[in-house]
Amino acid sequence: MGAAPTTETGSRGAADAPSAGDESPIHVLWINAGLSCDGDSVSLTAASQPSIEEIATSALPGLPKVAIHWPLIDFDSGPVQGADTFIEWFFKGERGELDPFVLVIEGSIPNEAIKPEGYWCGFGDDPETGQPITTSEWIDRLADKALAVVAIGTCATYGGIHAMAGNPTGAMGVPDYLGWDWTSKADIPIVCVPGCPIKPDNFAETLTYLLYQAVGAAPMIPLDDQLRPTWLFGSTVHEGCDRAGFYEQGQFATTYDAPTCSVKLGCWGPVVKCNVPKRGWMNGIGGCPNVGGICIACTMPGFPDKFMPFMDEPPGAKVSVTASATYGKVIRRLRGITARTVDHEPKWRHRGEQLTSGYPSPW
Amino acid sequence: MAPKTKAAGDGSGLTEMSWDPITRIVGSLGIHTKIDFKQKRVAECYSTSSVFRGYSVFMRGKDPRDAHFITSRICGICGDNHATCSVYAQNMAYGVKPPHLGEWIINLGESAEYMFDHNIFQENLVGVDYCEKMVRETNPGVWEQAQRTEAPHAGDHGYRTIADIMTALNPIEGEFYREALQVSRYTREMFCLMEGRHVHPSTLYPGGVGTVASVQLFTDYLTRLMRYVEFMKRVVPLHDDLFDFFYEALPGYEEVGRRRVLLGCWGALNDPDHCDFTYRNMTDWGRKMFVTPGIVVDGELLTNDLTQINLGIRILLGSSYYDDWEGQEQFVSHDPLGNPVDPRHPWNQHTIPAPQKRDFNDKYSWVMSPRWFDGKEHLALDTGGGPIARLWSTALSGLVDTPYVKATGRSVVIDLPRSMTKPETRFEWQIPKWSNALERNRARTYFQAYAAAMALHFAEQGLEEVRAGRTQTWEKFEVPDESIGCGFTEAVRGVLSHHMVIRDGKIANYHPYPPTPWNASTRDSYGTPGPYEDAVQNTPIFEENTPDNFKGIDIMRTVRSFDPCLPCGVHMYVGGKSVQKMHVPTGLSGLGG
Repeated sequence: MGAAPTTETGSRGAADAPSAGDESPIHVLWINAGLSCDGDSVSLTAASQPSIEEIATSALPGLPKVAIHWPLIDFDSGPVQGADTFIEWFFKGERGELDPFVLVIEGSIPNEAIKPEGYWCGFGDDPETGQPITTSEWIDRLADKALAVVAIGTCATYGGIHAMAGNPTGAMGVPDYLGWDWTSKADIPIVCVPGCPIKPDNFAETLTYLLYQAVGAAPMIPLDDQLRPTWLFGSTVHEGCDRAGFYEQGQFATTYDAPTCSVKLGCWGPVVKCNVPKRGWMNGIGGCPNVGGICIACTMPGFPDKFMPFMDEPPGAKVSVTASATYGKVIRRLRGITARTVDHEPKWRHRGEQLTSGYPSPW
Repeated sequence: MAPKTKAAGDGSGLTEMSWDPITRIVGSLGIHTKIDFKQKRVAECYSTSSVFRGYSVFMRGKDPRDAHFITSRICGICGDNHATCSVYAQNMAYGVKPPHLGEWIINLGESAEYMFDHNIFQENLVGVDYCEKMVRETNPGVWEQAQRTEAPHAGDHGYRTIADIMTALNPIEGEFYREALQVSRYTREMFCLMEGRHVHPSTLYPGGVGTVASVQLFTDYLTRLMRYVEFMKRVVPLHDDLFDFFYEALPGYEEVGRRRVLLGCWGALNDPDHCDFTYRNMTDWGRKMFVTPGIVVDGELLTNDLTQINLGIRILLGSSYYDDWEGQEQFVSHDPLGNPVDPRHPWNQHTIPAPQKRDFNDKYSWVMSPRWFDGKEHLALDTGGGPIARLWSTALSGLVDTPYVKATGRSVVIDLPRSMTKPETRFEWQIPKWSNALERNRARTYFQAYAAAMALHFAEQGLEEVRAGRTQTWEKFEVPDESIGCGFTEAVRGVLSHHMVIRDGKIANYHPYPPTPWNASTRDSYGTPGPYEDAVQNTPIFEENTPDNFKGIDIMRTVRSFDPCLPCGVHMYVGGKSVQKMHVPTGLSGLGG
């Protein structure tokens, strides 16, 4: 987004040469070249609370100016070492010419040490060798200079789908690579926003939080033991799922198109930390189990291996489902009686010459 | 065949330049070129991708029912196309036919994906190449002219001059740029209504969908769809004006990104009245798809037979980081009709990664070289980003006939009904004279209207099912111990196939082939360059800048016209007796000498 409206977020040099009285921006260096599908980048463009254009233009009160160097929509496009080079921003970061900057990593980090030569993934070329610079090398070059390191998506946070059993690349998440206890020069731990892809507003919100924190307007971002923002990942899918009522009443779907609880069809919602059913996918629309899609636990460190085959009932669900089926039947019968009662209006709502609501009429 | 390499330092006057990573695309792509600034042409181009993940490797031995969930993660902007294609392949392998309503819902989801993806790419990624800021920096003369040029369809889209359109496309602050971002959101809402979430769907399954079909579902979709229909009535004329202006302002611009017409389309959007997902009947139901499959060579339709298309696919190596699988086990010797299946067909492919240094004389990319064998030649088909191939194939076949879209044999007619502030509107996409950058972009806009018009038809069909009380959207199935399946659809960017082999109830082989491996492919074992390489090598340079402040906008417009979905790079050489190393050693220097 090097082409944001102010020169501070512009693409050519203005950003790191603040003129007097001009607030210098916080840079965001975004590396999408982990083992990634760019789905988290794309997802962020769906966010509306806040939107990317609101972040880029600091449209919320108190937000600092930002200059986002983001491959997906960046104006800058080269050529390499030309007047208008995208990758040059990353070299500037390495040389300490951007301060402060937030480093965003998308995609899992392959193990480049397990093979004799070559690269699993690269981002830009090394001027010395003409060979691609690996993503892990960029992390080595930039992480210690960053205000914060943010892992976006389950791949970057925990390895994700590309770190599945049998994978050839030895993929892992950023905390596996840098160390779970790693902290930035500002003492901020790695910030993990999992999701495959991220729920749009979850990431927009986290980024906004960090920008507020960067200017001293917010305290240290609260993270749990898996480095997730607590206000987003504190509850389970099931706790926010509008089909949980069916679970309680022992009504379990046996076909994927049934509107009842899909635990027996493969939904892992009861043990997965994610806010999608509660919040909807975007603008309150869509979701997973709340709209007929089993939860495959795509926000979790154990994803995907600990949840496959996805369309089988989670082994742990069997006991509770049996219990709920028995107890739920009784509950449902009792509720049925009450429901019939409350489904009818009180008897004083009628036509006729008598008022029977209980009001002693003075006329 | 690959053109002879001009050596750096041989007095050929080439400048080496690279764009790596290329922004405003999806994924990491590098384009490495040698540019002849004297002749104002790109002499050589190498396309390289620097990310390997290994889906075909880690899917082996997994439960086949996991395939659509996993393969969706191949792509972050069109993952749902993979999930859909995988579900198609699974339906074939399991012998299950979803209820009609389930198919209409998938068609509505996929139509919304086209509407979303083409919109955001066209206006927020490609559009920036045509915005005021970019045109001022690359062709000040064109900007001057744009300010003087009245937009012929100003009455339709509201922008008086071409310059006004360009200004509206400026990143972030441009009015139309911002509007398009909003459009990309409500179209994704439409998608989420049908497929749960974007881009990796939650409600798709083999056998149908988990979406609860109600009047509300269709009403929520239809109201948003009509807003999009109204939007398209402005956008089609807007882009016609913008792209036509480039032909006018820069005579010869039709050569930018031009290559021979070698287009592939695998068909999309099944008709549940005909599609039973059997291989045996694939030729017939393939021809009933709402986007007709086809291979178009030099303007002629070679075939629209999906079975023939399937059997012609070959995966070549040559410049990519893999060991060949020759001599390895062949999974499928014959298709279910008894036709022989080639060892280089995806059903029989083994993926054996061989990471190594990048060497533009030898191996330089993680992308393989898919080709289509016509019986004589291995054709380096492209998709032109998808829409141009879809419209071309559909137009020539003349089979699509719905209330809103009709193929005529030489064009596609799209009828959009009256919307809140605009009357009924007809657009006709005519087969263009060239397969070039501008026509790829123009087709993208027309296909947005096509998808919207088709979605109107699907919504009516779906709603009819709901009103009749036929609300089942999913059908039971069992996974056989031994089976094969293939899925064909059109991802946003073009041809998409999934080939699966099941043994002992597990995945024995799975090879997805999205459009980008076709477009971004490298020089194959016969030396034939991939489509980006071929198209960029033919591209003349119209940019007014000198090598010192050169941006390569014509090259970027060429590459982006294909809507790339991975990493590419370009290197170039400048005039003079000796090759000037303006930039980094790219590995291109020394090529051929």
